[in-house]
Amino acid sequence: MQPRNGSAVEVRSLVKRFNSFVAVDRVTLDVARGEIFGFLGPNGAGKSTTIRILCGLLAPTEGSARVHGFNVATQPELVKKSIGYMSQKFSLYDDLTVEENLEFFSGVYGVPRNVRPLRQAYALKMAGLEGEEHTMTRLLAGGWKQRLALGCAILHQPPILFLDEPTSGVDPIARRQFWDLIYAMAESGTTVFVSTHYMEEAEYCHRLALMYKGRTIALGTPAELKASHGPGATMNDVFIASIEHEEAESR
Amino acid sequence: MSFRRYSAIFRKEGLHILRDWRSLAMALGVPILLLILFGYALTLDVDRIPTVIYDQDGSPQSREVVERFRGSRFFSIVERQGDYREIIRRIDNSTALVGVVIPRDFARKVAGNEVAEVQLLFDGSDSNTASIAAGYAEALVLAYSSELRERQVIRRGAGKMPPPIDARVRVVYNNELKSRNFIVPGLIAVILMIIAALLTSLTIAREWENGTMEQLLSTPVRPTELLLGKLSAYFVLGMADMAIALALGVSVFGVPMRGSLLLLIFASALYLFGALCWGILLSTVTRSQLLAFQVALISSFLPAFLLSGFIFAIPDMPFVIQQFTRIVPARYFVALLKGIFLKGVGVSVLWADILFLFVYAVLVFALASRTMRQKMA
Repeated sequence: MQPRNGSAVEVRSLVKRFNSFVAVDRVTLDVARGEIFGFLGPNGAGKSTTIRILCGLLAPTEGSARVHGFNVATQPELVKKSIGYMSQKFSLYDDLTVEENLEFFSGVYGVPRNVRPLRQAYALKMAGLEGEEHTMTRLLAGGWKQRLALGCAILHQPPILFLDEPTSGVDPIARRQFWDLIYAMAESGTTVFVSTHYMEEAEYCHRLALMYKGRTIALGTPAELKASHGPGATMNDVFIASIEHEEAESR
Repeated sequence: MSFRRYSAIFRKEGLHILRDWRSLAMALGVPILLLILFGYALTLDVDRIPTVIYDQDGSPQSREVVERFRGSRFFSIVERQGDYREIIRRIDNSTALVGVVIPRDFARKVAGNEVAEVQLLFDGSDSNTASIAAGYAEALVLAYSSELRERQVIRRGAGKMPPPIDARVRVVYNNELKSRNFIVPGLIAVILMIIAALLTSLTIAREWENGTMEQLLSTPVRPTELLLGKLSAYFVLGMADMAIALALGVSVFGVPMRGSLLLLIFASALYLFGALCWGILLSTVTRSQLLAFQVALISSFLPAFLLSGFIFAIPDMPFVIQQFTRIVPARYFVALLKGIFLKGVGVSVLWADILFLFVYAVLVFALASRTMRQKMA
């Protein structure tokens, strides 16, 4: 997939309604190529719904979104070829070995046979699972599973990676290691769109959006966001202040 | 449609099947179990019916009647009783199904040109066997009676009796009238239906329940590729079952296979494909393994067993149910199986059944693939 001009992700007044419930409320944002873009917010804020729309898994109700230049509503097939997706819910096949999972995802991503050994070796190395090729996936510990899932999502070398709370339920050390991988990926030119509810992870992002009740209530680099809330403010302060401000506005 | 993606799905499904040894054992063991159960235990043939005889007369004539029963292969005399209550006791505890009572004045009435009577008692709690046994017993008594009359006519010197009409019976197919010969081929329809619909009913629902469907949806894989990849893997398993059933049926149960093997394989493939699509359709609609399994069990096993003409003849059914059997694919496949196995007939006779299976397979496939596209979009 050749890189296209413009932003990696372009969202314009995106709305998603489930019956009367508004899950995503007029979200507008841009993500530049090579950026690590964070989505921060409590559970139920609409982070996952937005990501699923961007991955072509859900149709938007209103507004538009482009991923890698493709319209998610009308060109989902092309969007899916340009992205890797990994969700909070662990989603590899437990009864397949590490190698068989890698082989399967190489197949469904359409990776040509001659480059598969190279790509799979890279994914294995990245996940730190060398020597575990024949281990049943169900026997892997949580952190390893997450890294294998990431490895499976990048076999086709997607320009954009969507990670939906990839580190939830993983211990702090494994989380730190996972972020090292995200950095390595961004350095090699991949755009990473990641959602989290861990404050310290928000600090690792180049830019981030605070999401609350379906809306983006703050958007900027971590430094910008903290500076706007006075000297010495932490990410936590920013988060709480923004939510309180939002609640006061809506009252 | 990408062959690369299709073959990835196919191989993955194959691995699931091989890894899940319980399902695999069920898939390969159930046909063998059913064949043994039905092939050996379920025989609808009525012979050697346990019979009790109470001969009150003890005359040469009454002993002749007893000898007739003894000589018939349909009856097996378990006891010659000297007591009426003993017959009832035996029927009560099911050690006898038929009682024959020859009254004290039997020989006198036969000689005196009176109507002699033989009482026949049947255990009607097994109504099927009872009515068949009653038919045999009546025929046996009638034959003896007409023979007696002929003897008397000759003894009186009145020349020969006008010859009675003799019904010449020739059974065209399955001339030994062995029920096993039609049960075993018919069973193939039931086996394929159970295995195909039950196993595939789990396959899509499992992906939803494990969250792997979400992952698949984010990849470029298309609904049709997913459907065909899964179908192909279970198709291989189903055809293996077909081969097992065919081999066992012919070698162990000695069922004649008169028709074309190629036609049999083709018809089985069509039927299997339709059944697999049905299971996948249920799995796609319900998204729940438990629910899909239950619906598949009821909607596949029961019609294939009860409404296919496998054991219960369709012409004997009430009119409304007869009409209903027209939409049961197993009915057409059972007709094909009987035609190919027992009659050895070919496409020129069976084309309508083949056409129905083809239409059914195409319809259910179209429905399954449409539903999957909707659910996956």
